Amino acid sequence: MQPFYADAKYQDVPYEEKQRLFDEVRADMRYHNVLHGCYECGICVASCPSARFYDFSPRVYAQVMAREDVHSFYELMHDSVWDCSQCFSCTRCPRENSPGGIITVMREVAVNNGLSSAKEALKAYSRVIYKVMSTGTQVAPDMLQPDFFPDWGPDVERVSNNLDTWRRAIPADTLHTLELAWDVSEKTRVELYLIWKLTGNLEMIEKIDESSYLILEEVMEELLDEHGFDIDEIECVI
Amino acid sequence: MSELNATDQSAPTPGAPLPASKRVYVISDPKTREKKIPKKYYKDELFELEAKGELIVSRIEGPYAEVPTKTGRMKKIPLDKMWHHKSCGQCGHIPGYPVSILWIQRQLGLDYFDPKNQTSCTAWNYYASQTSNPVAQAAVGVRNFAEAHKDGYFPLIHCGTSYGHYKDVREEILHHPELREKLKRVMDKLKLPVVFPEEVVHYSEWIYAIRKEVVKRQVVDMSNITVTVHPACHYHKLIPEDAIYDADYLSGQRTAVVTAIAEDLGATVGDYSTWHDCCGFGFRHILVSRDFTRSFATRRKIERMMEEVNPDLVLAHDTGCLTTLDKSQFAAQGHGMNVGVAVMADCQFAAIAMGAHPYKVAQLHWHGVDHRPTLAKMGIDGDKAWDEFEVETTKINAGDMEFMTWEDV
Repeated sequence: MQPFYADAKYQDVPYEEKQRLFDEVRADMRYHNVLHGCYECGICVASCPSARFYDFSPRVYAQVMAREDVHSFYELMHDSVWDCSQCFSCTRCPRENSPGGIITVMREVAVNNGLSSAKEALKAYSRVIYKVMSTGTQVAPDMLQPDFFPDWGPDVERVSNNLDTWRRAIPADTLHTLELAWDVSEKTRVELYLIWKLTGNLEMIEKIDESSYLILEEVMEELLDEHGFDIDEIECVI
Repeated sequence: MSELNATDQSAPTPGAPLPASKRVYVISDPKTREKKIPKKYYKDELFELEAKGELIVSRIEGPYAEVPTKTGRMKKIPLDKMWHHKSCGQCGHIPGYPVSILWIQRQLGLDYFDPKNQTSCTAWNYYASQTSNPVAQAAVGVRNFAEAHKDGYFPLIHCGTSYGHYKDVREEILHHPELREKLKRVMDKLKLPVVFPEEVVHYSEWIYAIRKEVVKRQVVDMSNITVTVHPACHYHKLIPEDAIYDADYLSGQRTAVVTAIAEDLGATVGDYSTWHDCCGFGFRHILVSRDFTRSFATRRKIERMMEEVNPDLVLAHDTGCLTTLDKSQFAAQGHGMNVGVAVMADCQFAAIAMGAHPYKVAQLHWHGVDHRPTLAKMGIDGDKAWDEFEVETTKINAGDMEFMTWEDV
């Protein structure tokens, strides 16, 4: 077992638990493509938007993972992994590291293990997950509500008040929609639901937000049933 | 310093914005970059897998252009029969973006397909929440590509994140047999083949490829317009090898998309010190942590552009960047910051140059910052154009017209 730093957090969490999560990250097929070592040059930090406004450093991720420092890994996974902007500016690394790629894997492991910090980070985000998984489009016109985007100014209210008319005043007929970004056919939605079930994606949602999972499962069950699929019989195949 | 050769050492006119082409240092000559081409070429690897029966490579069957990329390799860009892989952020919140792309294709008389059998790539959500996995993400993309292949059209990707993400998916499919095996199981259940296109093509690459056709049809003078360009991170940073770089634009040191169409239409492209910076979108942040997004977008991007160039317009080529740079400015104005510049996509700019209506086609009323001063500098009366648009909406509200159509615009 590695020693703690004097001011290390999460000393109460068993070492084995930290090591288990670390091993899960390292076992991901992408891991060896995103970490090759670190010159400590700081190019990734200089290019990182999150580093300018958060206590966040992509270089720390590369170093901690390369050192296999499981205590610091656990701290990063809880305290800063959700600050990353996922822009991949850090791929300018001369060692061809992708700290953003390391973080993608760490976040996936955090979600799969239902970590409390992941639940907290995604609490306000549930409606977006519901939207994209249930409709096949993530950003819909009816999301433009003044109470959700007060800082975007009075234009949001103007759009919201005129939404139906303005959507009709778009010449492309696939865009005459309010709840979806474009008109997605029912057959296409059925295929998308099958993908979520066959890849275990729906079950990932259960680990992070049980309420959203239950609503999603109900919506999917209804449509799949109409098309002759029993949701309980669709098993994950990966 | 010996390796750095400024392309132009002449002193700029005091007070005038510095054109980007005068500021970019040549660090490596694009003509000799071929030496740095990766040994493995994604297209060869795709064809190898196809020969083994593992997937189908959808090919550009019709006319195409060959354009230069970062590595010096040429990339094929389709010139007809495109399957419009739309963007949820564009279609949902800035619909003038996809409408402008379609409008230009109609003006050029192209055969295109605007599908309903397309889903989002779901990558905005993936990069925001990671509530998915590589097999699911590959299956979503490959299902879309299989539908395009079945429809007989080649996918044109509208969103910068979809473009970068699909290239990431391509890397994973090419280099991870275990992923291919799992993906095959999923696609078999859907009764669809595993299909991947020979090139992943972003619409701004298509705009770059047909820019001379746009210029031929230009009816609006853009010579009074100074723009700054914001390149999308997921366009030129995520799997950058097949992004377009051209020695004639920005000395081949930065991606040529967006800058090329702006310069060719006669606008001045001003350079600024944070060109390479992200916009601050953050995927999760733009929706639920906007204090970060707003701060970065205004302090690192818009204020820098205003101080160093004072542009009439910011041009972007991605869903999230356009939204971030446009919508973040309202709250910053309340803090007395140096902001207040219109933002639009390169395709909206190109369409307006070709005479597209700013509201019926470019749909600028969905944008946040007041764009009328910019339209005025183009010689377009924004108020009059708005009145023309309202004639149509009045008909809709009165029940005299159900929808505005292409014929109406």
